[in-house]
Amino acid sequence: MIWLNAVVQGLLLGGLYAIFACGLSLMFGVMRLVNLAHGDIGVLAAYFSIILIEHLGGNPLWTFAAVVPVAALVGYFLQRFLFDRALDGGELSPLLVTFGLSIVIENLLQQTFGANDQSLNIGALSYQSWKIATDVYVGRLNVIIFVIAVIVIVGLQLFLSKTRTGLALRATADNRRAASLSGINPKRTRSIATAIALATVAIGGLFLAMRTSFAPTSGSSDLLFAFEAVIIGGLGNLWGTLIGGIALGIAQTVGSQINAADGILIGDLVFLAILAFRPQGLVGLKSEVAR
Amino acid sequence: MSEITNSPLDVAPLVTRGSKGSRLGLGTVIVVAVLLAFAPAITGDATTNDLTQFFILLIMAVGWNLVAGYGGMISIGQQAFIGFASYAVLDLSLHGVLAWYGVPIAIVLSGLVSIPVSFLAFRLRGGYFAIGTWVIAQVFQLVIGQQSNLGGGAGASLNDLNNLSPITRDDITYWFALALCVLALGVTGFLLRSRIGMALVAVRDDEHSAAATGVSVVRTKRFIFILSAAICGGAGALLIISNLEVQPNSSFAIQYSAFMIFMVLVGGIGSFEGPIIGAVIFFILEQTLDNYGVWYLVILGAFAIIVTLWLPRGIWGAIDPRHRRSLVPLRYELHVDEG
Repeated sequence: MIWLNAVVQGLLLGGLYAIFACGLSLMFGVMRLVNLAHGDIGVLAAYFSIILIEHLGGNPLWTFAAVVPVAALVGYFLQRFLFDRALDGGELSPLLVTFGLSIVIENLLQQTFGANDQSLNIGALSYQSWKIATDVYVGRLNVIIFVIAVIVIVGLQLFLSKTRTGLALRATADNRRAASLSGINPKRTRSIATAIALATVAIGGLFLAMRTSFAPTSGSSDLLFAFEAVIIGGLGNLWGTLIGGIALGIAQTVGSQINAADGILIGDLVFLAILAFRPQGLVGLKSEVAR
Repeated sequence: MSEITNSPLDVAPLVTRGSKGSRLGLGTVIVVAVLLAFAPAITGDATTNDLTQFFILLIMAVGWNLVAGYGGMISIGQQAFIGFASYAVLDLSLHGVLAWYGVPIAIVLSGLVSIPVSFLAFRLRGGYFAIGTWVIAQVFQLVIGQQSNLGGGAGASLNDLNNLSPITRDDITYWFALALCVLALGVTGFLLRSRIGMALVAVRDDEHSAAATGVSVVRTKRFIFILSAAICGGAGALLIISNLEVQPNSSFAIQYSAFMIFMVLVGGIGSFEGPIIGAVIFFILEQTLDNYGVWYLVILGAFAIIVTLWLPRGIWGAIDPRHRRSLVPLRYELHVDEG
């Protein structure tokens, strides 16, 4: 039963990784930009929520309504004023700029809040659970996170395939020049992609902060997990990202079950094994291999 | 036929390598290196140690400039080789190999371990290559951090050199650092002058054109990746013999990547001179901003952004905007006789 439990917990954890990963994947798809500050922005959102609770009180759940739109707005302008400029500078510039941004965010957070662990206290929801089998309990919060993850992925998928803006994003991802020739405004499209990416990573950051404790430097490991989820699932495919997140989550919880200190390492090894033996990812197409 | 022979290049252009200035520069570099060898006899122990730290930084910068500036691969995982080499020296000393001998062995081992790493990492390109190397560095840290004979997560001390007086130890470490620094710069210089160096510059400037003219892009990149790993390994081996202790979190710290990126960007990425200028500036900043704690890292990050966007070729790029000058004789020059 402990193995079933580990798999179930891993599945739920995978939802959180998928929320982190979908924004990373979207930005890479639309503009070939890998945002190395992606995880740090999620952590920044969590600290923003802490400040709101400190001043206004209440259950942190309400702060989603404030933090997520602000993150989207920040993303829109971050793209306009920083990332667009970096993209003009060639292939290496965006990496260097976003890595610089990551260092700035992590250390500003450390300066402001100290290096100690923090968490968002959501009261009873954090420990209530449902029993699904003998000795297998699932935390209500974890189930909620997983459900939201699926909603986010389905919503994003519907947005990309059904709306005009979504089609513009996909067209830009497929062929930038052809997209702008057919009247799509590339600047606006890129800004929207980043706005969505930051909104989703803010959701992920808040959930992470409710689930476990976090510190200013947590963003780096969140970025690595998100990235592993993207590669394990397969590039250019949101369902793949969800499956990749779940695979990573299960690898980590089963790994922890084998040896408490080994969870992250087993996750990394699964990632490396995928890279070595199935570089297109679990559900990816061969043509999509890490272009 | 006649039209071809009447072309302006009727007279074969004179190809030379290195100007008067660059030969003078090479002479200056050699003289400075020789003078620096006598520094421990003149300066105090504190200055000797500071200079050792500077050389370690410069070696890291040279290693990262090779892989990123010439190889076009932004790695955020070179700390894997820094930490690996530190631990290799420790492990060798636990098996009876004196740390001084451990240093060259660790450098070779770092190069060797980077070969399988390259096969995994090269599956990824661009930004995903960057995060991929970061994950691999994390794997190195997690695996080595679990070896209880190497101190596990708490780290361990290198007790090998305790029978030497601290000053003697520091002086020898200094000479090691100076020698490896000269070696790293020398190897880079010779490499850039060689055939593979020309292939590298071609790959740096345009991968597709390089491939079209017969350069094996992947092989060239792999060679650079291995060499860079060995150089970063040199920095790691020096770190343990100067600090005498290792700890997984600090030996594999992502900060090393931040430092390397900062130095190379500010100095001028993809140039021989860039890492030297960058290391000097970084070293001065580190000494002056030491009391400001994390603000210093905030400033580094902000600088990296500003330089990338507004001074993409760094300080050396501003001094030498048209690739005309060079500190040491590296590049060919074409002189066409107009008469």
